[in-house]
Amino acid sequence: MSRAALLVLADGRFPAGGHAHSGGAEAAVKAGRINGASSLEEFCRGRLHTAGLVSASLSAAAVLGVDPVELDAAADARTPSPALRTAARKLGRQLMRAARATWPSAELDALAREFPKGAHQPVVLGVAARAAGLDAVDAAYCAAYESVSGPASATVRLLSLDPFDATAVLARLAPELDRVADRAVEAAREVAEVGVDALPAASAPLLEISAELHAAWPVRLFAS
Amino acid sequence: MSGGVQATARILARADGRGGTSLPVLEGDGPLALRRTRGSGAEARVMLVGAMSGPLGGDHFTVEAVVEEGARLHVGSAAATIALPGQAKGEAHYDVRLTVADGGELRWLPEQLISANGSELYVSTQVDVGAYGRLVLREEQVLGRVAEEPGRLGSRLVVRVGGRTVLDQALACGPGAPGGWDGPAVLAGHRAVGQLVVVRPEFAADPAPARVLGDGAVIMPLAGPAALVSAVAPDALRLRKLLDEALVSLE
Repeated sequence: MSRAALLVLADGRFPAGGHAHSGGAEAAVKAGRINGASSLEEFCRGRLHTAGLVSASLSAAAVLGVDPVELDAAADARTPSPALRTAARKLGRQLMRAARATWPSAELDALAREFPKGAHQPVVLGVAARAAGLDAVDAAYCAAYESVSGPASATVRLLSLDPFDATAVLARLAPELDRVADRAVEAAREVAEVGVDALPAASAPLLEISAELHAAWPVRLFAS
Repeated sequence: MSGGVQATARILARADGRGGTSLPVLEGDGPLALRRTRGSGAEARVMLVGAMSGPLGGDHFTVEAVVEEGARLHVGSAAATIALPGQAKGEAHYDVRLTVADGGELRWLPEQLISANGSELYVSTQVDVGAYGRLVLREEQVLGRVAEEPGRLGSRLVVRVGGRTVLDQALACGPGAPGGWDGPAVLAGHRAVGQLVVVRPEFAADPAPARVLGDGAVIMPLAGPAALVSAVAPDALRLRKLLDEALVSLE
């Protein structure tokens, strides 16, 4: 395996369409709940320990070879907001295109055939990481990091927040990111033994509620 | 471990063959007492009566209800449940296991769960509904009594319809919960959070449309014949108002 493949997969310039999504930051900025670096940090921390943990566990479990169709159903059950399910599938489809071109694999092809409209992004991420020869922990880090890097870079655009401040937020979250990635891999190993019910289901009510409010806006900068 | 109270309550609802519902099992012990009250039409109505406050630290309560084919059951509670620290150290557990057969209907509408300062409670609710069963389930968590910091509260709600999981949702809040639980992504200072789950076979062909009910409440069609109302509010009263409005608009 090549650990450097992780840098390719986690690179913000990897052409998977993530830049069009704010991870809920746009709605939180509009509601006044994110208004600077410290509220951005609290937002990212909450997202990391809920949606981030769930995504990281899904990705890690996919690397371990758990059936992606079952993981996709588990992701649906953990995503009550239809706007967020749609966004996750759109992102999954875009990632699938990029991943198939980068790391051609029969498993990616099979998943693309199974979900022509896209599987949940963390599931695709896991299968892509597997195709790239990465480990479960690599995919968990990638998913957990994306759960906070998306809102951070979106907030730079939404609030004209100093990019140095946004990057410092991500650096301060690094120790918690380590713990979330570890927990995600632990859960994924359990899933490989006992099934998808062992996946974490940590939820963030305001992320779900705000995603529905956001989807109803006539004009918005980000898709979600 | 602890010297807490272990208590179980059981309800079995059965179609009586004359268009009504009988309750061949209705038993509760210790702090979990059950009382049958006047139902309406085909529906049997049961009230969960807390004989003392709780659960306290170390307690483990379990409530099980089974609704058989063609039976209709409505379960409420006489008062809010308050999680308190108690004498015995350690966490308390409250498990709810509900089963609704095809053609059965359960309305599970208890009062709020209040997480008092210093308490530590983990609530687990698992519901299995047949593909042709019906469910209305409400859960409301209130973080702290008036002007009080909450205790540690963990909850997980799993709903399966026809053997398929349509909702799996956990919430962790209070001291010791993972960071950010009261921040802008999760609760943002709201002290009441609630869920209303509606399972209905008709939703398979004709799902409930997604709808915004205000800044703190939305109706969301789930991936399956079910809908979830998710709501946050500053207090229990306003939360109930939001969920009541949502229920009316779904019925």
